[in-house]
Amino acid sequence: MRVWLSVLAVTVVSWLMKASAPLIIGQRKLPPAAIRMTTLMAPALLAGLIVTELGGEELDWTQLAGVGAAGVLSLAKVPMLVAVAAAIVVTAVLRLMVS
Amino acid sequence: MRRAAFVDGMKLGAGPGSAAFVLALSFGAEAEARGWGFGLPVLFSMFAFSGSAQFTLLTTLASGSALAAITSAVLINARYLVMSVALNNSLHGGRLFRALQAQALVDASFVVAHRNDGGYDVARLIGASVPQWLFWVSGTAIGALTSPSPDLMHTLGLDVTFPAFFLILALDELRRSPRATIAALLGATIAAGLLLVTSPGYALLGATAAALIGVLPEKEETA
Repeated sequence: MRVWLSVLAVTVVSWLMKASAPLIIGQRKLPPAAIRMTTLMAPALLAGLIVTELGGEELDWTQLAGVGAAGVLSLAKVPMLVAVAAAIVVTAVLRLMVS
Repeated sequence: MRRAAFVDGMKLGAGPGSAAFVLALSFGAEAEARGWGFGLPVLFSMFAFSGSAQFTLLTTLASGSALAAITSAVLINARYLVMSVALNNSLHGGRLFRALQAQALVDASFVVAHRNDGGYDVARLIGASVPQWLFWVSGTAIGALTSPSPDLMHTLGLDVTFPAFFLILALDELRRSPRATIAALLGATIAAGLLLVTSPGYALLGATAAALIGVLPEKEETA
């Protein structure tokens, strides 16, 4: 029962957090400075996601190499899924080689 | 037009969705191993749809009080408060309908829905969340049923899927404006600094503070 209630609590609070601005701010428009700030949320969040994904535990050079390969392929206009598949292959091969 | 944006979003969400599937396998397997059974983790994934909060609750509940575990899981998702504010101007309809649309907020969808004019395409946001939700729930179910070994997933290199997708999405974001690049660099620096002293969830929340440079007036930015 303790686990079920905890899951329910986290689920309800997650809903409320996502709904917070529509429920509290409603249809009122934000001032220009706040809009400029919200525009920069996506790049700031993405950068944070990359850092926490790669450095959340211990830095793993095989993972860095795979992600780097995906970045290079993306810059070379390779489709997203192909670039990520290549990243997985690069990392797997490197781990195979060092193990 | 909105239908086209929704379909476009579904296509863009398939990639991060496949990464979510791998993560969900781990969540389902770990939940099953901790005695949560099959139904509870699947229901949790269906209704909460939040990897960071779900993993946090799963790991902290075993070692502490329920209140502390719930608080940690909620705080780790505090970035959704900020993202909700960012999205709000782009939502349509009445208060409750807007709140319902905001439930589609997840990290990757928030990013792919970002328009060049700074607003967010809600149809694309929802479209991108559909495949991610399907992958997240099905991955949890399969993980709970099959309990794949974390070592096998590591050997196969599947842990690179999320950071690789995020890097590709970031490269697109950086093309938007010089300010986006500055915000990203600042966000990365804050996250890296916070990682030294706290957990990834709080480091991620801290990274969103980089968007505060937006309060400075723009000069000759054209994007």
